[in-house]
Amino acid sequence: MRKIVLFFPLLMMLVLGGVFYLQLGKDAQYMPSALVGKAVPDFSLLSLQDDRVVTKHDLPSGPYLLNFWGTWCPACHVEHPFLMELAASGVTVVGVDYKDQKAQAEQWLQEKGNPYALVLMDEMGFFGVDLGVTGAPETFVVSRDGIVQYRHQGVINAQNWPEIRGYMK
Amino acid sequence: MTIVKCVVLFVAWLCAFPLLAEEQMTFSSPLNKARYQSLVEELRCPKCQNQNLADSGAGIAVDLRELVYRMIEQGKTDQEVVDYMVARYGTFVLYRPQHSTGTFLLWYGPFILLGLGACAFTLVIMMNRKRRGRAS
Repeated sequence: MRKIVLFFPLLMMLVLGGVFYLQLGKDAQYMPSALVGKAVPDFSLLSLQDDRVVTKHDLPSGPYLLNFWGTWCPACHVEHPFLMELAASGVTVVGVDYKDQKAQAEQWLQEKGNPYALVLMDEMGFFGVDLGVTGAPETFVVSRDGIVQYRHQGVINAQNWPEIRGYMK
Repeated sequence: MTIVKCVVLFVAWLCAFPLLAEEQMTFSSPLNKARYQSLVEELRCPKCQNQNLADSGAGIAVDLRELVYRMIEQGKTDQEVVDYMVARYGTFVLYRPQHSTGTFLLWYGPFILLGLGACAFTLVIMMNRKRRGRAS
């Protein structure tokens, strides 16, 4: 009986070692979105293209990507060509020009092409806060019934797209 | 003399920068100011994860501080501000975790372990006493 007790620290070490080993390589920065499983929040924002007031009812009906970007955001430059590819392959992308200026955003889309079915102007970043955005680029997958399925922080590219596409339904 | 004046002015000018870094906020009451300060210290910045809103210089932290300020001035309670943040950023933003089934072990686990330890301790003491009683 006594002898078994002596093995207790070793056992403890093995268990803790196992737990820590499993945590290795995990992205410590990963933070699940509070919006997954919920409807896209209500909003009324101006559209970049025609200065119209856009509400939730103007959003596309199919599954679509809601992509937060800004001309101030270096990673958005990296992401842009891939969004163009996605748009060309028939994926609906709604853009949110996040904390940006209209003139610069228009210039960006003119020079680099416009992958967005619709661009909303979130100059103050309030819509971003309603969706729990922490920066740009950030992309939400919204399902046919308007529910947020997935949130991706950072650039969408050919490597992570297959996983993200799995949430489009 | 003019050089000394210039140096003094320059130093004064440099000293003004830390003030510029903070947003100018005027509160309608000292209570609101105190509530604001305690809230931004307790809410975690969702971008730079080991800082609270008060310390963080990230863009989103500046925006969220502004929102906390507005909500307080609009007469929202502390709980309403916290609920607002949790609805958008999850329980992650709380430096003081909520009491819920998910956080039960976090809050009460140490006390449970302490209780178990106390039980084991008394058990060992009692066993030793019994053995000593038998020996003598």
